Amino acid sequence: MALKEPALKELVPRGMTLKEMALGISVETQESMKLTLGPNLFNWQPDVWRDFYFRIADEAAVDTVAVGEVVCSKRMPFFEEHLPAVIERLTLAGKQVLVSSLALITLERERRRTEQLALEDGLMVEANDITCMAHLAGRSHAVGPFMNVYNEATALWLATQGARSICLPPELPLSSVATIAAATPQVDIEVFAFGRAPLAISARCYHARLHKLSKDNCRFVCAADMDGLSVSTLDDERFLVMNGVQTLAHLCTNLIADTDDLAQAGVASLRLSPQHCDMVGVARCFRDVLDGRISSEEGLAKLGSIYPDVPMSNGFLRGTMG
Amino acid sequence: MELICPAGTPAALRTAVNAGADAVYCGFSDATNARNFPGLNFSRPDMREGIDYARRRGAKVLVAINTFPTAGGQALWHRAVDDAVAAGADALILADIGLVDYAARTHPGQRLHLSVQAAAANPDAISVYVRHFGVRRVVLPRVLTVAEIAAITRSVDCETEVFIFGGLCVMAEGRCSLSTYVTGQSPNMNGVCSPASHVAYLEKDGTLASRLGDFTINRFAKNEAAAYPTLCKGRFKTELGSGYLFEDPVSLDAAEVLPGLRDAGVTALKIEGRQRGRAYIEGAVRGFREQLAALDAGRALPASRLAAMTEGQSSTVGAYRKTWR
Repeated sequence: MALKEPALKELVPRGMTLKEMALGISVETQESMKLTLGPNLFNWQPDVWRDFYFRIADEAAVDTVAVGEVVCSKRMPFFEEHLPAVIERLTLAGKQVLVSSLALITLERERRRTEQLALEDGLMVEANDITCMAHLAGRSHAVGPFMNVYNEATALWLATQGARSICLPPELPLSSVATIAAATPQVDIEVFAFGRAPLAISARCYHARLHKLSKDNCRFVCAADMDGLSVSTLDDERFLVMNGVQTLAHLCTNLIADTDDLAQAGVASLRLSPQHCDMVGVARCFRDVLDGRISSEEGLAKLGSIYPDVPMSNGFLRGTMG
Repeated sequence: MELICPAGTPAALRTAVNAGADAVYCGFSDATNARNFPGLNFSRPDMREGIDYARRRGAKVLVAINTFPTAGGQALWHRAVDDAVAAGADALILADIGLVDYAARTHPGQRLHLSVQAAAANPDAISVYVRHFGVRRVVLPRVLTVAEIAAITRSVDCETEVFIFGGLCVMAEGRCSLSTYVTGQSPNMNGVCSPASHVAYLEKDGTLASRLGDFTINRFAKNEAAAYPTLCKGRFKTELGSGYLFEDPVSLDAAEVLPGLRDAGVTALKIEGRQRGRAYIEGAVRGFREQLAALDAGRALPASRLAAMTEGQSSTVGAYRKTWR
């Protein structure tokens, strides 16, 4: 009987890929990059949401999983009953779990909720707004991609407040990533490596506006669009994606062909942001490329079939348009 | 309430001061400020002279250094802070945590304001900047209602400032990379949004298309006035309908909520538009001086005469009214 893959993986020394071990090559390079599954940004039905994370726990080759509502506090009550079970299953599967905060916090109940989250024992919070710092200071936490970390001074200040990892904003070019990583060896630097890049957040709900509803009485119309609602130009060119109060890129960020440069830049982990596609397959693909089991060209082709019809881009990292 | 006015040039600064601004805000001509447009902003000597001019007439100058410093390139931003302090700026308007930290440590005692670009939208967020860096005033993001502004102003240990007129960001400020996505030019990193260098107007079959980078942002019939293709104010399509999905080409005019803002305890009112000409500055300052005089005297507010100056000649009170959301 062939060994199951996880068992085989355990035989591989740290810092060495499976292929390298098989070939008997000794490596002096740093530890391979880790993978983080970012929080689901879309409004999925509660059972779909739960089953998605159960499958991630059971099958996905990721080290860390962030859960929780980032975009709209009105969505929280629906899936939160499943949150404890999801956290437990992920934890038992050996994943580090992060609970993400909202990105824009204006209402009183959103403030209270953020404070509770930050003060809860035994949870590692991913701060997506400076609001969290009012409660987290001194406690270990993660910083999410919605915080404006553009330079080493800001990253260092956050480290003094207890940040253990920072996922940088998607629009940062590689040179900035490298500089920040070099200046903050005490922090794991993460880069947004797969998924439609979040571009903006607003007090206004565009889904509700499109449906001629008020935000307070939105009837949760965003739930119909599990991958967001596609927005085109008047020339019928696909352009953006609408997700309630959030706007994302139409293009899917994909840095699978940039992993060597990212490792060189000192990046510790790559973030995969859930889209409505086989995210277990996406994670497997990244892991295979990172471990040298497949080439980045093969990885690109595979991702293209896992998430078809959405063009991929590494534009932000390369300092051009997204 | 103080009236804070924009100045993109030394001439605009003098115009704003002469028209009755309590304070003028401006920036250096480089990527350190969020209106980094060609031909705009202040050299070091301009800044010193501007501050001197304003001070002799009883007005203050606030220097905006409100983009996010580039990793590895922070010296440019540090120099801007040092030079603004040396020139005698009454306050620095900053957004980046690292830069606020630098300013607070290097120039203790210098008055610091938190830029709208920092998007501190509730008392907890604001308290972080007050507690750690001694920030004295926060410019509130344009995502809040008047009632929320009142609640925040009551519970924070610093002054609040709000926008009352001019360009209106539909997205939370400082948290938008739509422009980067389309043009590679970032509001946060480069201080530009939907830059003119990437704008083109193309006429075809009797309609005029306004384009930004490679994308059509709007299309206008012959008799329709063509608005500037600011990304979030274009016309787009979805399977459920098309039009101005994010926001109409409107700008903010909060004149009618001035009594509410006063009752909320707001310290300062801000006019947007460092990229605008002297006629705009003069008109907007005089218009709001008139409104504030009426408010102070307990008279009915005069009808706003500022409509002609707004983008697309139409205005909104934006998020100040809850239904905008």
